[in-house]
Amino acid sequence: MHPAISVIFFTVISGAGFGFIALLGLGWAMPNSALAAFFISLLAGGLCVIGLLSSLFHLGHPERFWRAFSQWHSSWLSREGVLSVLTLTLFAIYALIWMATGERIGVLGFIIAVLSIITIYATSMIYASLKTVPSWHNVLTSICYVAFGLASGIVLAATFGTASYVLGMSVSVLAGIALIAAWGLKLLWWRRADGVGFSDTGSDTGTATGLGHLGKVKLFEKPHSGENYLTKEMMHQIGRKHAKKLRAISVGLGLIVPFIFAALAFVTGAYGPFMFLAFLSMLAGLFAERWLFFAEAKHAVSLYY
Amino acid sequence: MTMLPQTTQKKLGLVIDLDICVGCHACAVNCKEWNTGGYGAALSDTEPYGDSPTGAWLNRIHTYEVTPEDAPASIVHFPKSCLHCDDAPCVTVCPTGASYKRSEDGIVLVDEDMCIGCGLCAWSCPYGAREMDPTENVMKKCTLCVDRIYNENLEEADRVPACVKTCPASARHFGDFADPNSDVSKMVADRGGINLMPEMETSPVNKYLPPRPKTRPESTGCGSASAASSVVADKGVLGWLDRALTSLDKLG
Ligand code: SF4
Ligand code: SF4
Repeated sequence: MHPAISVIFFTVISGAGFGFIALLGLGWAMPNSALAAFFISLLAGGLCVIGLLSSLFHLGHPERFWRAFSQWHSSWLSREGVLSVLTLTLFAIYALIWMATGERIGVLGFIIAVLSIITIYATSMIYASLKTVPSWHNVLTSICYVAFGLASGIVLAATFGTASYVLGMSVSVLAGIALIAAWGLKLLWWRRADGVGFSDTGSDTGTATGLGHLGKVKLFEKPHSGENYLTKEMMHQIGRKHAKKLRAISVGLGLIVPFIFAALAFVTGAYGPFMFLAFLSMLAGLFAERWLFFAEAKHAVSLYY
Repeated sequence: MTMLPQTTQKKLGLVIDLDICVGCHACAVNCKEWNTGGYGAALSDTEPYGDSPTGAWLNRIHTYEVTPEDAPASIVHFPKSCLHCDDAPCVTVCPTGASYKRSEDGIVLVDEDMCIGCGLCAWSCPYGAREMDPTENVMKKCTLCVDRIYNENLEEADRVPACVKTCPASARHFGDFADPNSDVSKMVADRGGINLMPEMETSPVNKYLPPRPKTRPESTGCGSASAASSVVADKGVLGWLDRALTSLDKLG
């Protein structure tokens, strides 16, 4: 599939934003001044909003975006939109109360945390629900999206939070565990994606043309000699050429470098700067990972070409 | 409204006869011509006279080579357009309600004024039947010529999709699959009409008639002496020459 920059940016950035919101909602200890509350909330909400705005650039008619809130009963894209707005609205109320009173309302926070995770899940389902792209069409896709969102959120929370220990362990250790878990799941995802082909449905050019019972079916001539929307959108080739290298880069930047920064934070106790560097590197790694998510994905329509 | 109707009163669609199609692309050309001036935005092209022209088409003709285990390959021309699926995934994924399936006749359409051009419907279609218009940035697809088939300004004979009307080989037929006595239903029953990629569970309305089995010559020893001597021309000049040369054999 064609890896559109706007969509890559959207899924990575808003995933991190909602992950961060989830951890704020769960009560991760933060500095208590009104100003800090303002900036932290602005960052968390801002990441989500920037991500969502970026997704508008992918639309042919961004000015009609509001129409996308209407079909939540059947469309995951619509559900994602509705859930984002709902979660962000509740988070805005939560943040205002936090700034005004210095208190964070636990129940509201918990609801926001759950909604954030469901929102990331809805984003993943836009892709995972497509039977036409077998490497996406699996629950592991959703698990990876949520895991990366939460891992990004933990790294951000460790950057801005005041706690050195959460759940009885150092925040660095917690971040390290989250990173390893998320990338471990991604490794499983890659393993499956590499082997799946069209085996889920058993589709091939024979079933696509209905001519399989007659013999071996091979494309003899394309409809037109040039490219078209389908070949450009669904049959991206360049990505696959560099897939191996890009996977290594994504693991290096997304897992190994942030892990080292987390270790440095642990050793020096300078959580803020080191965890922030970890976050930046992780974003770069996730951009590569998400680029491959699209570029490597094979669509059923390629069976006709 | 992107919920699919439980059932549709009619199931209008096409039968495409792969035994007959000669791959002339006339249906695709007439489709482009009609739909550029008909329903919705014009079907645009970018760089139509440039080095790499591209553009939106609602119907494209592929050509396949089919090689049986025990016989030479044959060529099958394969027109492909929207199949107006009963369980159309392109409808349910649409976030805006722009994509819908009509409960009266089963036609799957896009309301272009509501379409945000997200492209998700094209991703969800296994058949590659939807294309984004490169100029208008809205999703285009086969409308089954909804602006012809009910058009009372046209002669009755012209109230069929443009592709069906234009096909010089009569490889395309239009009708109601909900009616078991319609021509299209009978054709599908007689010839074993098939669904494309049934495993995708889209329940297509359009059906394809597979090529009829080829007749295969008995003798396979083509080029061998015995095969050559069994060939007999018994009429006309060739027959005379054949007999004359055969009698020369006997002399020698
Ligand atoms: S062929 Fe594709 S575009 Fe047409 S109804 Fe079926 S899924 Fe939708
Ligand atoms: S491109 Fe248009 S018709 Fe297709 S899913 Fe998006 S809004 Fe719906």
